[in-house]
Amino acid sequence: MAEGARIDHSVILDLIPAGTKVLDLGCGDGSLLVKLVRQKGVTGRGIEISEEGVRACIAKGLTVLQGDIDQGLRDYPDGSFDYVVLNQTLQAVKKPDVVLSEMLRVGKKGIVGFPNFAYWKMRAYLFTFGRMPKTEFLPFEWYDTPNIHFCSVLDFTEYCAKNGVTIEKTVYLSTDRGGRVLRGVRPNLFAENAVFLLSARKS
Amino acid sequence: MKNYVFIAKAIPEGTGGKAVPHRREPGSVGLVKKQFYTFAEPPHEMELSSGAKLGPITLAYETYGRLNSDKSNAILILHALSGDSHAAGKYAEDDKHPGWWDNTIGPGKAFDTGKYFVICSNVIGGCQGSTGPASINPATGKEYGLSFPMITVHDMVRAQIHLIDHLGIDKLLAVTGGSMGGMQALRWAVSYPDRVIASIPIATTSKLSPQGIAFNEVGRVAIMADPNFNGGDYYGRTVPREGLALARMIGHITYLSDDSMHEKFGRKLRGKKSFGYNFNVDFEVESYLRYKGDTFVHRFDANSYLYITKAIDYFDLSLPEGSLVKAVEGTKAKFLIISFKSDWLYPPYQAREIVKALMINGVDVTYCEIDSRYGHDAFLLDEGEMSKMITNFLANVAERSGIREAASS
Repeated sequence: MAEGARIDHSVILDLIPAGTKVLDLGCGDGSLLVKLVRQKGVTGRGIEISEEGVRACIAKGLTVLQGDIDQGLRDYPDGSFDYVVLNQTLQAVKKPDVVLSEMLRVGKKGIVGFPNFAYWKMRAYLFTFGRMPKTEFLPFEWYDTPNIHFCSVLDFTEYCAKNGVTIEKTVYLSTDRGGRVLRGVRPNLFAENAVFLLSARKS
Repeated sequence: MKNYVFIAKAIPEGTGGKAVPHRREPGSVGLVKKQFYTFAEPPHEMELSSGAKLGPITLAYETYGRLNSDKSNAILILHALSGDSHAAGKYAEDDKHPGWWDNTIGPGKAFDTGKYFVICSNVIGGCQGSTGPASINPATGKEYGLSFPMITVHDMVRAQIHLIDHLGIDKLLAVTGGSMGGMQALRWAVSYPDRVIASIPIATTSKLSPQGIAFNEVGRVAIMADPNFNGGDYYGRTVPREGLALARMIGHITYLSDDSMHEKFGRKLRGKKSFGYNFNVDFEVESYLRYKGDTFVHRFDANSYLYITKAIDYFDLSLPEGSLVKAVEGTKAKFLIISFKSDWLYPPYQAREIVKALMINGVDVTYCEIDSRYGHDAFLLDEGEMSKMITNFLANVAERSGIREAASS
């Protein structure tokens, strides 16, 4: 799928107001961050663990720190960003709970985009073949995958409820027909991907 | 089960083999000339960090490329301990080696002389044309020797400001350097925020580790213990060559890594098939260090080595505030900070401390840890990744600042 056409990016772009301050955790090659900077005029910062990703970000003119988000948001002051984005990264961090609480401390709002492991095709794969789902875009074996913390929409929703996280908005996505927003019911079954807009519950 | 685009964590591109270090011949700045600028003539001596005054001061410098009409495309290159103003090109066609950072400076290179006006000066305290302990003290008509005042990295920068003023440049597009050059690049950006648009400190630290000070001290003691040292008054006589060579040998060990020594030398023997069973050179690594030591004494003054290593030891960006976060508060420059994973003399964790302090202050800082095996030397070798990063970073800085390129005619 072409970079410019990623539906999850479009959804996140719509969620973030122009001119805000945004931190993208696990920004990869910067393909989302560069859209935020160019199309929404945000002040964008990225954190990326791989040297290749950092180099690609620099080539796009982005401001990025090479670092491990499992190690270090603690250096960032509270509320120093309007939005902290964690897109397609949650499943790859060692401590998702720590990263989530840190992102909602550093950011006034958080946006988490993740693959829904309870998507019906995943269930079908596991049911039919009895093996960990493996696809063209998920080519890893169980023993070498960077994706170590898959969860479902239900799991994540429950996590938020238990941990004082307010879900302000959810958008469920499917890659069918080039990618679209799902409007129907039972997202835990039909959503391939989910985007949550979060904030820390005011105490 | 296609189109699972959302699920895969992006696979980094280009994770293949790394390019080996190389020096490119095309893209040279060609023949260059060392120039000199003298300032701080008495009674207008320059005040140093120590409170002492020094003047007159001469800086040796070289420039490559052309200054544009609004003087906005200047980049100041800052050298390390043993460097000098000769960063690129050759003085004569038959020079064996080009300047020390020729692989990054030139048309089409990272510091593209087709776009930027590149300046490099020898630091004060140095011995390659700038005022240092080997210079004649006008008050006595003799070399300064150890009567030369102690200097700091900040003093080096203070002197460079005189040169930049002299060249009519109000604001540098970028300051950059590795090791002690990186310290200067930090000092420029932190203490002179209105005069620097971008800073690229490489393989550097906000303060040298006790381990680094220890190695410098061993080098200094080696020099001062040389019977020819004579309290630093050896000019016109036999110089303390054994001591300086030893200092340099120690230095070179710290610039390499365990990996790079394995790769470069292994346990290979030098010009023999079996051990000599004596104290002559057996191993390649011994030969290398002796060669580096021997050649160094022909181009470097032992007193300069003492003064400059001490300046490196004194450097502490967090002073006088006592907190790095506070010290960098007024910084406005956009930063690209680069460290090398195998650099144990200026290890990445020290670069990250600088990054952290800048980040807390909301400074625009980009940081990359290059996965090189070449230790501290990696910044001089440049395996290509560093150059690419600098090229892209500078292009972005120049674009944001609306820099006009130098007219081609």
